[in-house]
Amino acid sequence: MYAVFQKELADHFNGRRFVILFALAFLAAIFAIYVAFYNIRSVVTPSTEFIFLKLFTTSGGTLPSFLFFISLFIPIIGIALGFDAVNTERTSGNLSRLLSQPIYRDAVINGKFLAGLAILAIMIVSVVAIVAGLGLRLIGVPPSSEEVLRLIVFVLISIIYGAFWMALAVLFSVFFNRAATSMLASIGLWIFFFFFMSMIAGAIANAQIPIDQNSSVALIAKHYEVEGAIGRVSPCALYGEAVIALLEPQVGSFNPALMMISTLAAGRMLSPLPFSQSLLLIWPQLVSIIALAAICFAVSYIRFMREEIRSI
Amino acid sequence: MGQVAVETTNLTKIYDNFTAVDGLNLRIEEGEIFGFLGPNGAGKTTAILMLLGLTEPTSGAAQVCGYNPTREPLKVKRIVGYLPEKVGFYEDLTARQNLRYTAELNKLPREEAEERISDLLATVGLSQVADQEVSKFSRGMKQRLGIADIWVKEPKLAFIDEPTVGIDPEGIDDILNLIQRMAKKGITIIFCSHQLHQVQRVCTRVGILAKGKLVAEGPIDRLGRQTVGGGRYRIEAQVAQLQPGLIKSIKRVKGVIEIESSGNSLLISCDKDLRGEIAKTIVASNSPLLEMKIEEYSLERIYKKYAREA
Repeated sequence: MYAVFQKELADHFNGRRFVILFALAFLAAIFAIYVAFYNIRSVVTPSTEFIFLKLFTTSGGTLPSFLFFISLFIPIIGIALGFDAVNTERTSGNLSRLLSQPIYRDAVINGKFLAGLAILAIMIVSVVAIVAGLGLRLIGVPPSSEEVLRLIVFVLISIIYGAFWMALAVLFSVFFNRAATSMLASIGLWIFFFFFMSMIAGAIANAQIPIDQNSSVALIAKHYEVEGAIGRVSPCALYGEAVIALLEPQVGSFNPALMMISTLAAGRMLSPLPFSQSLLLIWPQLVSIIALAAICFAVSYIRFMREEIRSI
Repeated sequence: MGQVAVETTNLTKIYDNFTAVDGLNLRIEEGEIFGFLGPNGAGKTTAILMLLGLTEPTSGAAQVCGYNPTREPLKVKRIVGYLPEKVGFYEDLTARQNLRYTAELNKLPREEAEERISDLLATVGLSQVADQEVSKFSRGMKQRLGIADIWVKEPKLAFIDEPTVGIDPEGIDDILNLIQRMAKKGITIIFCSHQLHQVQRVCTRVGILAKGKLVAEGPIDRLGRQTVGGGRYRIEAQVAQLQPGLIKSIKRVKGVIEIESSGNSLLISCDKDLRGEIAKTIVASNSPLLEMKIEEYSLERIYKKYAREA
């Protein structure tokens, strides 16, 4: 398997796709740091904790934050790394040659997946490192140990999230013989989850529990709960909630209703959650993303292993 | 009798209701170039895939160099090379890099592999373009690279599936010569094709597959006698002038079974090669002998006959 992994990694590094993706990611990082730098002053007050994390979450009016960029790019990178993993091998006639070598069949798919994961990790780590490094230079506030911890977990979750999209793309690449079809299928699913799922969730919640200005707090809370629960079908929402909880501990909860209620009840802004509590909060999201990635990978693995090789 | 390279007993593969290979019994000895013939869809590739352990047989068993390909596919793949019909390479890698990858997958020691790769690229005539991307290669070049690719692991047995499709005559020559060179190095070769004259040129023995069944098997000349000539040799002789009594005296030659004449030419069936005796008889009868030849059984005729029957 190591030979496959090594070769795939080398292929990625030599390929144009890698250059394009990396260029895009870097561009996003630079742009995000620019946005953050010009707007960070307006969001930071003397009592603000976790100033360093603000680098990643600050947006400027219509200009999006780093978090938005990365949640947009990770699926694209994941899909780009996986959509042609198996079907191009098949159509190019390499697969039969490869499978007649003395390797286990799963070595092919495992090696490819691991190589993609390595590339994904390299990209995400380096992009976050660039933002952190440039930010440190620009705002001059060093991160606290907790912030570093939160960033590390953020990077890990992002890699897992990317792995999910890659696993999905690999899945399509096993099922569809044409690379273009599998790419379109993956992108289509991503667009559905990213753009439409929240709308659908909102529509269903409106139909089920209509609210207006005179609605009781309990009803509003219920409304948002339903909306959130439906929205969580989308892995994009899961990831969004997880990273918000991690990088904006002040907000504390990604549940707007809960937040509103507690604000009303306490009559003050929430104090930031400790790291362990944030972790606890995102645990279900994290497990779900891991499970989704594992399921996608497992299905493509099984399908690939069981596939009858006919005239290839 | 040499060592057995491939032996199958009642090897059968059924794909939902469609029988691709039907009770195949095959025995191929080491050092042979075995021609595996049959029309498209006769089950040649399926049989090979089963022998490689890439597909499981529905029933029956196979032995490849002493291993069971279904149970021990890795051991089989280590000593068996397979050049598929639609062979492909990584287009953005060079010829050398492609071979290097195969060598790595076979866990060859690096230095040994490098040396072997250079030697092989020279053997298949690709030294000049060894460091060019495969995307620039012609079909013939790719096919030769394919031969180098199976040769890298120094297999005991090589399956070569339709290597000459879509290649110009010169390229075909190169490939057939390479196959013969491989065989000289002691590699048993199973050559799948329906390009009959090519099979006839390189193969020592052929098997004809039709609708999943092995309909004939053996050396080409014997197959020809069995199928076309009813097991006989047919000798055609032309004389300048047919002397009366010649036909009778030829009939007296021991082994001659039948004789037909039309004008000055004679068609003699006999149960062994009697050209010498017959020539002597004709000359002795004072009929000048103009031409004499033994009928060659072209694979094409044999093949067509079986293809029709199936």
